[in-house]
Amino acid sequence: MPDDNAPNPTSEKIRCDACPVMCYIADGKAGACDRYANHGGTLVRLDPLTVIQGGAQAVAFLDQGENAQDWDGDVIQGNRTFVTAVGAGTTYPDYKPAPFIVSQQVEGVDMVTVVTEGIFSYCGVKVKIDTDRHIGHERAIVRVDGEAIGHVMTAEYGSKMLSLGGVEHLTGGSKKEGRVTCDALMRLCNREPVEMQIDDGVTIVVQAGHAPIINGTPEKLMRVGCGSATIGMFAKQWYGHVDEVVVVDDHITGVLSEHEAGKGLDMRLSGIKVKGRKSTPGRYFQVADPGTGWGGTNVEDPLTILKPADPKLAWPGLRLLMISTTGEQWAYYILDENLVPQPADITPPLLATAERIAENCEPSLCSVLFMGGAGGSLRAGVTENPVRLTRSVKDALTYVSCGGAEAYVWPGGGITVMADVMDMPTNSFGYVPTPALVAPIEFTLRLADYAALGGHVDHVRPVETVLTPAIRKVLPNISQPDPHDPQNYRWRPDRKGRRG
Amino acid sequence: MTGPVAALLDDGRLHLQHGPIDLIIGVEAPDDATCRIAYRAARDRFATVLDELVPELPLLRAPLGAAPQGQIARRMHRACGTVAQGDFITPMAAVAGSVADTVLSAMLAATPLIRAHVNNGGDIALHLAPGAEYRAAIAGLDGQLAGQITLHATDGVGGIATSGQGGRSLSLGIAGAVTVLARDAATADAAATLIANAVDLPGHPAITRQPACDVWPDTDLGARPVVTHVAPLPPADIARAMSHGVTRAQAMIDTGAIAAAALVLQGQGVTVGDFEDGATALKERSLSYA
Repeated sequence: MPDDNAPNPTSEKIRCDACPVMCYIADGKAGACDRYANHGGTLVRLDPLTVIQGGAQAVAFLDQGENAQDWDGDVIQGNRTFVTAVGAGTTYPDYKPAPFIVSQQVEGVDMVTVVTEGIFSYCGVKVKIDTDRHIGHERAIVRVDGEAIGHVMTAEYGSKMLSLGGVEHLTGGSKKEGRVTCDALMRLCNREPVEMQIDDGVTIVVQAGHAPIINGTPEKLMRVGCGSATIGMFAKQWYGHVDEVVVVDDHITGVLSEHEAGKGLDMRLSGIKVKGRKSTPGRYFQVADPGTGWGGTNVEDPLTILKPADPKLAWPGLRLLMISTTGEQWAYYILDENLVPQPADITPPLLATAERIAENCEPSLCSVLFMGGAGGSLRAGVTENPVRLTRSVKDALTYVSCGGAEAYVWPGGGITVMADVMDMPTNSFGYVPTPALVAPIEFTLRLADYAALGGHVDHVRPVETVLTPAIRKVLPNISQPDPHDPQNYRWRPDRKGRRG
Repeated sequence: MTGPVAALLDDGRLHLQHGPIDLIIGVEAPDDATCRIAYRAARDRFATVLDELVPELPLLRAPLGAAPQGQIARRMHRACGTVAQGDFITPMAAVAGSVADTVLSAMLAATPLIRAHVNNGGDIALHLAPGAEYRAAIAGLDGQLAGQITLHATDGVGGIATSGQGGRSLSLGIAGAVTVLARDAATADAAATLIANAVDLPGHPAITRQPACDVWPDTDLGARPVVTHVAPLPPADIARAMSHGVTRAQAMIDTGAIAAAALVLQGQGVTVGDFEDGATALKERSLSYA
């Protein structure tokens, strides 16, 4: 295949930094561990075929004393083996049968798993970033090294969303754009951190399973709710300890005494007035600009969102709490004789409510979902009649997984799947210089169904024959369904309700 | 940079890995609590093993000379000194065995055990309480069983190590595999390296060699020619090469440095040493794996 983006094939030795030995590795050679190698000047992980095997239990290293884990106890039932496509190698352009077509008996049914590392030209990632901070406007371009790799898409509750990669960035733009996009996708999918710049927005570091780092500051908490929801949740706990609470939020800022929750408690209107556009009583839009300050606004000093208090309603000595939707920022004031808020020492019961808001916030995380389409040629590695594989998947006769992780199959035509990279073995992804991402994909079905759809039955091997000492064994992910579970399939009467 | 990791395998053995070191540890103890104490001791000792070795790597990769400082490094140095008998050797020849011995010692210091073994990529440190026995099998390079041995506490064997073309390290000789039994794994490791180096036919046209540093830049062997390929040899040449190795092994047995050795080259096997004291002899067995 043409390889115009390949690194310069010099015979430079490179220094491996994977462990303290720091091996010096010549091109084409592996380090002392046989795990890392120099591939044309690039350090690569030599990943053997990865097999998910039941019965083993990982323990954290140096986990002692109070946290010491119990060594005994088998958390996994059975010893069934599932061959993943990680490290399977690929047949490009997929006109040959997939590298491994393995069979084993599961509850008396001969199951076949077709294992291949698919080359996905049509692929990308959807990223969910748990934060209220403004990272950039919807549709803003997301860049790595100045190259466009995707954009900000529709925000979700408490989260910002990115759509990255896809064919237009991989192959539709300049060569550099494609290479940078492919590299960023691969690193995100392999759970590595990637720094991105968002046009007219922030610089953000995204890493699957970790909190986002926004303009250099790691995010801690996801908001408990919008400002109005926070008022509703905590009104009773504030009642009696304070005369007014303003929950600062970029979406909806809540004002307790005006809010339905405050009225329900017969609270006296405080006359505290906030800027912004009133939605309904006690709920205000756009009290400030979006930013990385309080509650996703650009507010650093909360008093800046207040208008002068209404002298007909407010009174000297009025107790005012201002707080963000994560409880991370708060300030307590008492109005002086001129009805101007003056900082005061917060009372213990109020401090407890601030801590409780923080307690009720979930930790902020970045989630990365791989999304790709199994194209015609990849399907040809599975069967001589590619469209029959598509139908078999839709008919729930074939179960699709990515590195053993459950893959959501989109309705409609083709086999377009999404899978959470955190559920897949580490380092599951690679790339080809096309550029395109290489991702593991497995199709599991009954042997009889495989024959019926024109599968390469003469290439089916018993699972034992691929279990050589060279394979990499990984623990089963107990949060994921077993691809062999008969309940995944239509022919099982008690099938779990999935995919219609 | 990745740190040390530990995992309990489904058969109850413990796997420890850091960089190039992979240990598989098995323990037989009177109860589970004792087993856990031993595994924790192994894990705790292993945590710093690689970091202890790395600062002294330049010295450990140099021909045997000045004594290093680290506990494991000193064990490597001592083991190589025991078997060198004037041959070229660097302390790295005993690194795998020394790590295995160190981790085994840490477990035994924490709790008494009936049986325990620490297998560092084929170099095994072994503990047997009186009455316990350990059965080891030697696999041929094609995966077939090439021989078996049963060891008892009274044999005084605390280490089993194998070196040769089948292994991961570079070798100056042509032996397919040389397995050595010795009082500890470090000594067995160093001895196996030297015996495998001795199984050789200098200048033989069937043997391809390359400077070690061209094969692996960080090697402790410098520009010395390591064997990269051995074409099929006639029986007489195999016998001649093996005799060089047997002589070298016998010299170590004579000084008490090792207990026994088994040598394999292109389907031919030979053993050296006395297995009379209760151990099942490798001597009479066919080591052919062809």
